[in-house]
Parts: sequence; C-alpha cells; structure tokens
Amino acid sequence: MIDTHLSLLIVVLPLLAAPLVAILPSGRFAWGVSSVVAAATFVLAWMQLVNVSTGNIISYELGGWAPPWGIEYRIDAANALVALIVAGIAAITLPYALRSVEQEIPTRQQPLFYSAFMLCLTGLLGITQTGDIFNVFVFLEISSLSTYALISLGRKRQALTAAYQYLIMGTIGATFFLIGVGLLYAMTGTLNMNDLSQRIPDLVEHRTIQTAFAFIMVGFALKLALFPLHLWLPNAYTYAPSVITVFLASTATKVAVYVMLRVIFTVFGFSVIEDTPTDELFLLLCVAGILIMSFYAINQRDSKRLLAYSSVAQIGYMMLGIGFGSMLGVTATLVHLFNHALMKGALFMAIGAIVYRIGSSRIDDFAGLGKQMPWTFAAIIIGGLSLIGVPGTAGFISKWYLVLAAMEQQNWLIVAVILIGSLMAIVYVWKIIEALYFNTATEQPHTAVKEAPLMLLIPTWVLVLANIYFGLNTELTVGTAETAVKLLLPGAN
Amino acid sequence: MGMASEQLIILAMLLPLVGAVLIVVFDKQPNLRDSLSVITSLALLATVLSLLPIVLAGDQPSVMLLEIAPGLPIKFELEPLGMLFACVAALLWPVNTLYSIGYMRGNNEQHQTRFYICFAIALCSTMGIAMAGNLLTLFICYEILTLSTYPLVTHKGDEAALKAGRVYLGILLSTSIGLFMLAILWTWYLTGTLDFKAGGILAGNVAGPELIILLFLYIYGIGKAALMPMHRWLPAAMVAPTPVSALLHAVAVVKAGVFSIVKIVVYIFGLDMLKLSAGADWILWLAGLTILIASMIALRQDNLKRRLAYSTISQLSYVILAVFILAPLSTVGAALHIAAHAFGKITLFFAAGSIYTAAHKTNISQLNGIGYRMPWTMTAFSIGAISMIGLPPTAGFLSKWYMLMGAFQEQQVIAVLVIIASTLLNAAYFIPIIYAAWIKQPDQDSGHGEAPWPIVIALMITASLTLALFFFPEVPLQLATSLTGVHP
Repeated sequence: MIDTHLSLLIVVLPLLAAPLVAILPSGRFAWGVSSVVAAATFVLAWMQLVNVSTGNIISYELGGWAPPWGIEYRIDAANALVALIVAGIAAITLPYALRSVEQEIPTRQQPLFYSAFMLCLTGLLGITQTGDIFNVFVFLEISSLSTYALISLGRKRQALTAAYQYLIMGTIGATFFLIGVGLLYAMTGTLNMNDLSQRIPDLVEHRTIQTAFAFIMVGFALKLALFPLHLWLPNAYTYAPSVITVFLASTATKVAVYVMLRVIFTVFGFSVIEDTPTDELFLLLCVAGILIMSFYAINQRDSKRLLAYSSVAQIGYMMLGIGFGSMLGVTATLVHLFNHALMKGALFMAIGAIVYRIGSSRIDDFAGLGKQMPWTFAAIIIGGLSLIGVPGTAGFISKWYLVLAAMEQQNWLIVAVILIGSLMAIVYVWKIIEALYFNTATEQPHTAVKEAPLMLLIPTWVLVLANIYFGLNTELTVGTAETAVKLLLPGAN
Repeated sequence: MGMASEQLIILAMLLPLVGAVLIVVFDKQPNLRDSLSVITSLALLATVLSLLPIVLAGDQPSVMLLEIAPGLPIKFELEPLGMLFACVAALLWPVNTLYSIGYMRGNNEQHQTRFYICFAIALCSTMGIAMAGNLLTLFICYEILTLSTYPLVTHKGDEAALKAGRVYLGILLSTSIGLFMLAILWTWYLTGTLDFKAGGILAGNVAGPELIILLFLYIYGIGKAALMPMHRWLPAAMVAPTPVSALLHAVAVVKAGVFSIVKIVVYIFGLDMLKLSAGADWILWLAGLTILIASMIALRQDNLKRRLAYSTISQLSYVILAVFILAPLSTVGAALHIAAHAFGKITLFFAAGSIYTAAHKTNISQLNGIGYRMPWTMTAFSIGAISMIGLPPTAGFLSKWYMLMGAFQEQQVIAVLVIIASTLLNAAYFIPIIYAAWIKQPDQDSGHGEAPWPIVIALMITASLTLALFFFPEVPLQLATSLTGVHP
C-alpha cells in the first residue's frame, strides 16, 4: 500500500498535519505531531529515492485520472534527491525547533507556527513531486504564502518589512511563472510536463513559446534569488526566526533551482537555451553574482546577513552548471544543491544556537564566545570549511565537480571565478571564526554564557557530520545526480 | 614482525590522536599527562622505525582507506622519500615533546590542553602527508596541517597573534585552495589519475605554456614551501610558542611543503619529462633569488627567531633548487637536505627557546657572552649554525655536497653560484651570533643559568643527531638514492 502511494503520501502527510496541528492546544503538542510527520516524510522520501536511484521513473496518477488530463506525479532521480533533502532538512530542523521556537515565538502562536511550517513543507515537497506544471504553481503558492507568514513571526519589527518585501517580490515571480504557464497551455493544450516536452520541439520557433520561456525563467529566477533578483533574500534570512532561516536557506531556493532544471532540460530541452544567448546570460549573472555577493558578504556585520549574501553567491555556483548545459555541469548543480543545503543548514543552526544564548547575531557581539560555546564554535568551523570547499568536506566535492565542468568547457574564466569565490569565502567565514576565537574587545565578556542546549546542538552536529560524511562518500550525492542527469539530458553522451 | 605493514601505517597516524585523547582524559594531572605524551611519541617512533626495514628492502606497503568517488581513493603508500620524512618527524617528535614540557611549564603558558591536542593533530597530518599514496590524500592532510597549526600560531590570543594568524592562514589557505587545488584538478582532468607513479603521470599529457602554468600552480599552490613571494606566513608564524616554531615551522609544516614539491616533481611530472621540456628553468632562478634575498633579510634581523625564520625560507629554497636542477644526484641532495635542515634548524630553535626561557632574551644584540652562562645551549646552537652554513662535520655539508655534484653534472652554473654565495651569506649571519656568545664580554650581569633540564637534554639530542647524520649517513642515503634509482 505504502509502496504504490508512496509519492502521494510524501505530500499528503504534511498537508493533513497542517490543520490538525493548528487546532492543537499547545506548542509542545504541535511540535510533537509535526516532528513525527516530518520524520515519516523523510523515511518515505528515502524509500522513494531507493526506488528510482537505479534510473527507474515512478509515474503516479492522482485520483486514478490518466495523464495528460489528470495530474501526474512523475518521480525520477532528480526529484527524489531534492525531495530527500527537503524532507531530511525538515526532519532535522524540527527537533531543533522546540527550544528555539519556545524562546522566539509567543506561546499562543506556536501551534499556528507549526501549522504554517507543515504547509510550507507540503508546498516544497509538492513542487518536487509533481509532473504537472500548473500544479507546480499551486504548490509554489502554498509554500510561498506560508513562508511569508513564517518570516513575519521574527522577533524584530523589521521581520514584518522583510516578509512584506518577499511577499511583493515573490508574488511578482509567481505571476510571471503563471503567465508563462498560461502561454504554454495556449500553444500546446497541455500542462503535463512530460507531454509538453514532446510537443514543444515542433513549436520552438514560435515566438509565444519563447515568451513563455522568458516569463518562466524570470519568475523562477526571482524565487531562487538569482543575482540581481535576490533583493528579498538577505532581509528575509536575517529577520526570520532562527528555525525558519535554517529551513528556508536549505530548502526553498534549492527547490526553485530544481524547477529551473526541470523546465529547462525536461520541458523545453537545452537547445532552446543554446540557440539563444540565454546560457551566456546565465553564466554572466552567475559570475557577477558570485563575485559581487561574496564581496557584500565580506562587508556584513551581522552573521545571518553575511551567510544570506553568501547564499546568493552560492546560488550562482548552482546555476553555473545549468549554464554549461553539460552532463558534468548539471551533475555539479545537483551535487552542490544537496551539499549547500547541508552546509548552510549547519551554519544557520549554529548561529541560531548563539542567538539562543546571547540574543544577537551581530558579529561584534560574538567576541570570545568560542570558549564558552566550544561545540557550537566547532560546528561553525566545520560548516565554514565546507562552505570554503576544504577537502574532506561536502563543499570540496561541489567545487571539484564545478571546476571539472568548467574545465571541460575550456572556460578558464569561470574556473578562476569559482576559485576566487572560494577565496572570498575564506575571508567572510574567517570573519565569524576570528570573532568567536579571539577576545580582544574587553567591553562585555560573556562569562555567564553557557554552551547551547543539547536539543540545539544535536541537530546541528548531525548536519555537521553529514558535511564530513558526504565529503568522503559521494555514492548517494554524485551517484544519484549522475543517474538524474542521464534522464535530464538524454541526448548528451 | 608482529603486525602487517598496512596496520603499522594506520597506527602511525592514529598514535598522535591517541596521544591527544589521553591528554584530554588526564588534563587535570599534569605529570601523568606529560609522561603519557612522551610515551605516545616514543611509540610512534617505534612504529615508524619498524616500517623502515620494509621500505629499505624495496617494498612499498600501501593501504586504501575509502574511495570518495570512482578513481579518487584516500590511500597511503610508503615510498623511500616519505619514509625519510616520516622518520625525521617521528624522530624529532619525542625530543620536541620533552622540550615542550620544559618550555610550557617554564613559561607558564595558558591553554596547554588545546596546545597539545592541536599539536597531535598536526603530527597526525604530517604522517599522513609523508605516507600519502596519491595527490588527493596529500592535499587533504596538507589542509588539516594548515588548520591544526592555526590555533598554535595564534596561541597567545592577543592582537599580534590575530594579525599573524590572518597572514598565516590567509596565505596558506588561499594558495592551497586557489592554486594547489586547481593544479590537482587539472592533473586529474588531463590524466584521469592522481596516483604517484615512478617516472610521473603527466608525460605526454601536457606541454609548452600549459606545462609552465601547471608548474606555477604547483610551486606557488604549495605555500608551505615558502618560495618568495609566498613566504610571509613563515615569519608571521614566529609569534607562536617556541616548541611550535621548532617542530612545526622548522620541521613538519615547511618540510611538508618542500616534500610535496619533490614528490610532485619526481612522481607526477617525472624528472625526465621536465628535463626534456625545458619548462622548469625559471623555477631555478626563483629558488636562487629566494635563497639570496631571504639570506640578506636574515642578515638584518635582530630578533633571533625572525632571523631563523628567514634562514628557513632560504634553506627551503635549497631543496627546490636542488630538485629543479633535475639531476638524480641533486635530487638525492634535496631529499637529504630535508633531513639535514630539520635536525639543524630544530636545534637552533630549541636554543632560541632555551635562551628565552632562562634569560628572557629574544634579540641577538642581547646575547653577548651568553655562551658561558648557557654552555650547553650555545654549543648546540653552534653545531646547528655550522650545519646551516654547510661545513663538515655536520649534516648540512652532506646535502650540499650532493646538490653541488648534481649541479656540476648538469652544468648548472647558476645553481653552483647561488650555493656558493648563500654559503657565504649563511656564514655572515650565523658567525656573529657565535662570536657574540663566546668571545664578546657580557654587558651586565643578569644572573641566569642554563634552561630547565628537559630543554637542555632535548637540544643536546638534536645537536647530536646533526653530527650523527654526517658520520652515519647510510640509511637516509639509501632512502634518498632509491628515490631516483641512482647509486653514486
């Protein structure tokens, strides 16, 4: 039973949990139910990945309606990998949430918080599971609307502005996407992505199709915060509650990158990009994004904002692979998508642990904290090294495949940009580490500060160890990515 | 033979970590803690020495830990050069541990536990570098060595340490991530392997300007070799406590740099390939310039540790110069110099630390007449200095001899001239110290004597090793010659 409806359950489970959680009397109950649901979703996502990791495709007809009339969930290695990371991060974030949310969110709102969290999870998982492009829009709105609410729950008043800013930008993005989908439907008469992929090649010269492509690209570039459409992201990450920052940074933009991959390679086919200057444009935006956003990151005084800018730069790395359009490039994109979720998750969790203790994420307030919070400090060091791409960490694997992909294209400029980006990462990562390590400022020593509670430390360290594990064993990440790429780029050798 | 050589290789890397764990457990009992660290270091020495006969017999034991991706394993393989490096590090670690105990207690240093743990991790990664079976493994250990020595360099935790730490990490991490990693990736892209193979793996895969760029990436990517202008991290690292400067910044870290270069030249490029392509001449010039410029800077330093640091920069480039003469004989010289310089320089640093502990003096201008107050220390210092200059009966003479033979064989006039000029410069900055210590009258009576006994014993051992290498060079010579398969 579970096996046949596996792909649906992954989405339906958190969806059903959302209203249930909302009516529960206390935050603790709500947390308990959400955690169990997230853990179950993770197990299901794992089973799903095992099913498709050999190159199989699962096609699930929603309500028994055959595609292209009914909605089809179509799972291959690419979706399964993204669904796994989304469900996995949710499952590891929720244990972390208990203490953090108790401190940051008013008691009365806690059940609603977890309810919105479940909705957000539903939306993100729905986007990865579905094979219907309009359905992508529906799930996109579910995840976005719940995200706006979650961000606005941040403790500072600026959280409201941040949420509002994201609401405006996110809605524009979603509208663009919807317009693109509408145009596609007008031209092809279908919304099933597999179906679209068979009809579009004949129509590709048609201007409406190209317009649709442009609308969809811009729409999702906004959602995934591709430079220079990233303006909503730094505020959203900085002012959201700690847990939400962890969750969004590790999942939301990743899912958007996945949709980009799906639309470009499955729906339209890479030739649409290759024949137009779109791929060069992508590469240009990635290069500019990596360099400019890393520079911004270096100049930040708030650790969450610093990591947020770093995230925008890292999205540039992910999109590079798409710009290359080669098997190696897309492999690198998928691998980095996975690995970046691990490193940013670990880093934002560790920063969240510091915020839990001292109530501030400003780097100046961190002076000498490494001594009081050695485990949190060690987590930041390892997460930071992974972000830099030091060998032995997941980040190294990402850099390895990215640089190889660039070398294969003989694009030495991009090789240089990737490495310069890494050097800039050393500077901004070390900015945080130095502050924690040295105590040269004497104003207010944190003698009373204790190490973060275990409920925060254990999830953080699970992600930290995952960073090391996936730096030494790439069977899951690279193996699945390679299987996925074979299906995404069937023509390539 | 009780244990298989594979297990011994793993044990050699585990032992420093076991030591670190013991240190944490017995943190509150300093005496027990310190004796345990001496015992683990002796156990490491025993382990490494028990591997020696296997390598001398011509075997290259190897062990594969795991495979990161197809064709990219983490594996260890012990070949003659690595054996030589491992022996040097393992031999000096117990001595340095003894010395550290005297030094850290004598100077009442803080955070001793963190110090010993980072030290142990640094040792573990040094063993990893020595035994690395491919470039990836070497690179991983290289980075761990950089990171584990950062807390040692910034041990004092003040503003000066912070600044020095920035230079240290800034140069070492950015050269390795920016250049070394790129070079490794490029090698992988060209050849599809990262294994060390006799005769190299790059022959036929790269030529012309690409070869020069790849060489450039390797030579400057390995910032630990301190080839100018990537040398500034080494003087910066001198803010560290002396045992760190002695074992890590005169032996483990810097030797890891030149060791990696020799290994890459011999096993990745291959001597013949570089000789035929003639793409490596410019490195000879760079190494020569570094030798001379660093010596001239050393001449002007009054701070003893800084003078030693610049001397190290100059001596490291000897190794680079020797290997890029591209003659088998000079490669023997390069390998021997890794050992010879290690014994000599650690003696000099031990002496500097001994003077600091006993007399609280850091500058050369304060050392007048100190030889009679600290006879053991200054005798050892003099032996070390003579070895740096390269005079018999010390180890430094031996390595210089082979370098010169190789240079003559290859008609490398520049190399010969550089070696001669720098010998004079070395004499110019070491002999005044010896003169001041033994001949000049002391300025005032400061009433100090010798340093604590662990320090004195430690520096006498290393000074004796410097002499011993001259009189009994058989084992290191055999290892060095089997590196290129030439028997002089």
